[in-house]
Amino acid sequence: MLKLTFLTSITALMVLGIILELLRRRQLREKYAFLWMSVGLVVLILGFLPRLLDSVAAMLGVASGVSLVLFLGVIFLLLVSIHLSWEVSRLEEETRTLAEEIALIRTEFTRQSGELAERRQVE
Amino acid sequence: MINNKQVLIIMPAWNEAGCIGDTVREIRSELPGADVLVVDDGSADDTAHVAQAAGAAVARLPYNLGVGGAMRLGYRYARSAGYDVAIQIDADGQHDPRYVPKLVDALSEASLVIGARFAGEGSYCVRGLRRWSMAVLAFAISKMAKAKLTDTTSGFRACDRALIDLFAGWYPMEYLGDTVETLIRVARLHYRIQQIPVAMRNRAAGMPSQSLSKSVLYTGRAFFILLLAVVRR
Repeated sequence: MLKLTFLTSITALMVLGIILELLRRRQLREKYAFLWMSVGLVVLILGFLPRLLDSVAAMLGVASGVSLVLFLGVIFLLLVSIHLSWEVSRLEEETRTLAEEIALIRTEFTRQSGELAERRQVE
Repeated sequence: MINNKQVLIIMPAWNEAGCIGDTVREIRSELPGADVLVVDDGSADDTAHVAQAAGAAVARLPYNLGVGGAMRLGYRYARSAGYDVAIQIDADGQHDPRYVPKLVDALSEASLVIGARFAGEGSYCVRGLRRWSMAVLAFAISKMAKAKLTDTTSGFRACDRALIDLFAGWYPMEYLGDTVETLIRVARLHYRIQQIPVAMRNRAAGMPSQSLSKSVLYTGRAFFILLLAVVRR
């Protein structure tokens, strides 16, 4: 039991440390900062008190608090990856639009510099 | 001008330096009244220069987006320059530009005209699973469009101003999205779609892939697109 608490609390501290470091270096956008800070906090609490959810688990008919945490963790990760897919789709659409803009600007630029060169030749 | 309409030929090209020059020159001699825009889809070779030297306007994308991505750029160009008709033609020269006036004529009765490969002219053929799934797609889309369409994956098509506007804002990038999905959306928005039989010429390089795994993949994607397009808003 003590060994388990040792393992989970060390892991929790490491996760929280990584999140804080990324925030400190401004590598993580603020909109994600709150989410991950909360996750870090929950992980920390559960890390030091892995039996905290045993009563809740019993109420829901789950054999142990640890299983409940595992279940919720999987659901949470699933939601996060769906969210990331959504973000990537949106970003791809944005970069696509930017690429089109660049191509249109290049075309316009080539056309205008061609006209300019012609006018110079006439003069 | 072709039949009193400002016509833009949009030609998506990816690493086609070998044949794009001839294709552009042929179109310009066959159709002196039309403008040609080559969309260089992030080519690593000399496609853009060759096309420009042959007399086409060139829009060069900074990286490869695929046919659908190149086409949306073409339609945006057509919209901002105010063209009446936009026609998609392959860069490899398999589409005969002499059919273009026929396509433009047919636009008086429909918003989208497809140059169809199986509709009697020429000897284009595919076999097996791919043929079967193409037939099912053609059947389903014909029902939606209330018109007989036999070739839903043709990259030879013409559209009018209303659809240039639509396609400039929305054009799928995924494989088959640029052909099948656009047809479904256009049909569901109640625009008229028509087809004109065209003969294909042999491709300058390469043949459409015929391996079984590719055919299975093709079929799966085709039906996934059909399903998505039907449930999408």
